[in-house]
Amino acid sequence: MKFGILVNEGPYQHQASDSAFLFAKAAIEEGHEIFRVFFYHDGVNNGTRLATPPQDDRHIPNRWSELAKEHKIDLVLCVAAAQRRGMVDPDEMKRNDKDANNIAENFRISGLGQLIEAGIQADRFITFGD
Amino acid sequence: MLHTINKSPFEKNTLETCLRLAVDGASILYIEDGVYSAVKNTKFEQLISDKIPNIKMYVLEPDLKARGLDKSSLINNIEVIDYQGFVKLAVENEKIQNWL
Amino acid sequence: MEDELESGVVKKFLYINRRAPHGSIYAHEALEVVLIGAAFDQDVSLAFIDDGVYQLKKNQDTSDINTKNFSKTYPALEMYDVEKLYVDKESLEQRGLSEDDLMVDVKILTSDEMKKIITESEVILNF
Repeated sequence: MKFGILVNEGPYQHQASDSAFLFAKAAIEEGHEIFRVFFYHDGVNNGTRLATPPQDDRHIPNRWSELAKEHKIDLVLCVAAAQRRGMVDPDEMKRNDKDANNIAENFRISGLGQLIEAGIQADRFITFGD
Repeated sequence: MLHTINKSPFEKNTLETCLRLAVDGASILYIEDGVYSAVKNTKFEQLISDKIPNIKMYVLEPDLKARGLDKSSLINNIEVIDYQGFVKLAVENEKIQNWL
Repeated sequence: MEDELESGVVKKFLYINRRAPHGSIYAHEALEVVLIGAAFDQDVSLAFIDDGVYQLKKNQDTSDINTKNFSKTYPALEMYDVEKLYVDKESLEQRGLSEDDLMVDVKILTSDEMKKIITESEVILNF
């Protein structure tokens, strides 16, 4: 089965990102495919390159990035939500005249159409939020 | 349909809304703070027990364990499952409603 | 620029709104999904349940809290061919509201009717 996953909350603040990650991992282990993980609302903050959580705690953005790299998962941050919250990739940096960018590897910024497309193309669509 | 509930029934009315709008034959999985819904001896026990004959209920074990609970804490006839079980439920049910 | 979809798959999308407007961004950003989603020619319905019914209340004026008054978008939804707006009767009544308090034409549904809408949906988005 192809899963579409929506993550509505940022790292650490709510359990949503953790639950989504554990679900995605389990789905992969069961032989399923993750069509896309779409991050919306504060969920876009999962895509930061700049988090430094304590050493003895899980690194939420990094483990998403690593999971995506290992299993070729499409991690998408909503562009509108990202702009509001200061999540910036190199293109957005140029486009909006910012002096820095902060998106982690294996995440990309794109439009809400990617969320709708995930709903259409995936066999199962699941949301993690608050 | 698979329903998930992720909030404590003492924090939000999600449990009540879900139980009001879930049809007989559906499944409900309690995750995150939602697992508190499934605990016995709370003011919600009757509400949940009344629905169990018609709605299959599950609790996500990792979330139970994190909160210092286990199967013995739960209302009868609620099944404890792991993330593999969660995935299976999602596969078995064509439609999913994640109450927040 | 969004990629073209390969097939003409049409699914029944349901957007469930359960939060009050303005106290958090969920109502506003959910509406943005609806607007973008309208371009994809899917079968779209919106359900307003619990505090979500407050999103449709008339006369919202955010000028003194200085936030965007996105409520103006609800009446414009029909221009996007988003016309199936369902409001939960029990949620309205619990809040002392009636259809007259709402800014758009909606269908008020009993719990049984709302159950049907939910069960018939294929892709359900919650915010």
